Amino acid sequence: MSALVLECRLPGMLTTVQDSGRWGYQGKGMPVAGAMDLQSFRLGNILAGNDENDAALEVTVLGPTLYVAGGEGMAAVTGADLGFRVNGRPAPMWTALAVKTGDILSFSGPVSGCRAYLCLSGGIDVPVVMESRSTYTRAKLGGFEGRALRKGDRVLCGEPRPLWKKCEGFVCPGELRAVYPPDAPLRVVPGPQEDLFTAKGIQTFYGSDYAVSNSADRMGYRMDGPEIEHTAAADIISDAIPLGAVQVPGHGQPIVMLADRQTTGGYTKIGVVCSVDIAALSQRLPGNGVRFVKISLDEALSLGKEEQRKRDELRRLRAAWRSTPRSSAPVSAEGPELPAAGEAILKVDGVEHRVSWEELQEVK
Amino acid sequence: MEEKKYPRILTAGDGCVVAEFGDSIDPAVNSRVAAMGGDVWKLAFPGVLDVVPTYRSLAVYFDPVNTDVKRLYARLGELCLKENSGAGNERRRTIIVPTIYGGEWGPDIEDVAQHTGFSAEEVIERHSGRECYCYMLGFTPGFPYLGGMDPALEVPRLKNPREVIPAGAVAIGGKQTGIYSIASPGGWRLIGRTPMLLFDPNREPPIFLEAGMWIRFRPIDKAEFDDIEAASIEGTYRPEILEEEEASS
Repeated sequence: MSALVLECRLPGMLTTVQDSGRWGYQGKGMPVAGAMDLQSFRLGNILAGNDENDAALEVTVLGPTLYVAGGEGMAAVTGADLGFRVNGRPAPMWTALAVKTGDILSFSGPVSGCRAYLCLSGGIDVPVVMESRSTYTRAKLGGFEGRALRKGDRVLCGEPRPLWKKCEGFVCPGELRAVYPPDAPLRVVPGPQEDLFTAKGIQTFYGSDYAVSNSADRMGYRMDGPEIEHTAAADIISDAIPLGAVQVPGHGQPIVMLADRQTTGGYTKIGVVCSVDIAALSQRLPGNGVRFVKISLDEALSLGKEEQRKRDELRRLRAAWRSTPRSSAPVSAEGPELPAAGEAILKVDGVEHRVSWEELQEVK
Repeated sequence: MEEKKYPRILTAGDGCVVAEFGDSIDPAVNSRVAAMGGDVWKLAFPGVLDVVPTYRSLAVYFDPVNTDVKRLYARLGELCLKENSGAGNERRRTIIVPTIYGGEWGPDIEDVAQHTGFSAEEVIERHSGRECYCYMLGFTPGFPYLGGMDPALEVPRLKNPREVIPAGAVAIGGKQTGIYSIASPGGWRLIGRTPMLLFDPNREPPIFLEAGMWIRFRPIDKAEFDDIEAASIEGTYRPEILEEEEASS
């Protein structure tokens, strides 16, 4: 058994290596980057038998064609439906699929959403730069040589984590998937500069229909719609730009700042889209409608906890799935066979530990 | 309008909180930001991911799920009220930035001389004669927002910005001076170049400058430029950083 090697036959529109981002260096001007839809990304990693923050491929609108040039492992695709195929035939998303040398993974074209995550067992193995594997293309750093994939690139995966084979066929139940209704309003926590907008401006922001403009990328999404009124100037002394910050420059059109945003900036911020809904926005395309609704910090925090609960539940289901003997296993005549592999969560001194075991065969 | 009270704690979404110390660009305000930034890293508060000092505020990023947010707010509330951690004990840190002025490295130095009425030698003397204060880093990785340039060196930005300015370019734009940390477009006038790499992702630390540091440009010649450049490419160059007790005010 060996780790997966992928050869890029067609790169797609923008296929980059991303993990959960490059944290700890924003104070030095280094943007965070990382997966735009962290929920889909993390669920995909759990399906593929990985740790939830292992590096994966973020596939944008038009997906790549990748040839499995070596090794074997699990693949799981989550996020946008971009027409995932294995060997030319439609393949299920949200499912751990066994892939091996000679297979071709491709995407036939977008059906819904913007960004899919192709998670592979072992994670994408590119060098760690400043504690992350995420690609930040503007500084040509991280990921695969600091850039999007190109034809001919050979992408290596890490050694699969224990029990990866036991994930085969594991499906994420519908209620745990990251599915975002296209017309659901984005929930916003007000601040830090809401006081620099007039009551009318705030009302415009929360009461109007906006649409994602053509300037929408990993750095931020600018909205088209009614102008938001400031009390005075739109400029402030430059300060930090949080993920999801809704900047309103002088033109009055809101811009939601996303993964590749610059670390600091000098525009007023009327509010910040809550973490959970940043993922939802990342799946919208230019022309899609957007509405904003105000929520409290406590409400936003409980939304985040609910997403965490779903991931914990998926991990629990994965443990159960891996511990169940499959029908394809050889049936012993001596009675029921004990599972040769399993996984459980043990609590020791109040700390949860994930434990997995696997029977190793003696080579004769 | 109602007078704002500082310091104050501002919510910036479910993953970030800001401590704001004032509404001006002022080294006294900024040094409180820098001091609190150090204090927050030292806290090692579970769930805190990043600490970002800017001109007059400190942003603290945290994991929305695995952080005791109420307690974090309370701790930051206490920390921001703390007076500048013992004025007088703070060390003034000055990083020396070796710089070759003029020639192919500073093609706009004659323009700057013309605008200001100085000779090129006087421009170099004035530019390297005063220490600048690094309020914050941003714009690109490792780019310092500096204050304190000799006001006599103020020159308008270029009408036609350059498409590529090389990393290490030392430039003047309006009232500010700066150093380009990576190759990027820009409209400032180039007066010199430092062979030191402000940003090298494969070095530890990737970025030498820190918010709250002072910067002194030291004129060098071509031979020294070549030596430092070679060491920088190898990743072995370490800048000179002076530390001295800051006089209590």
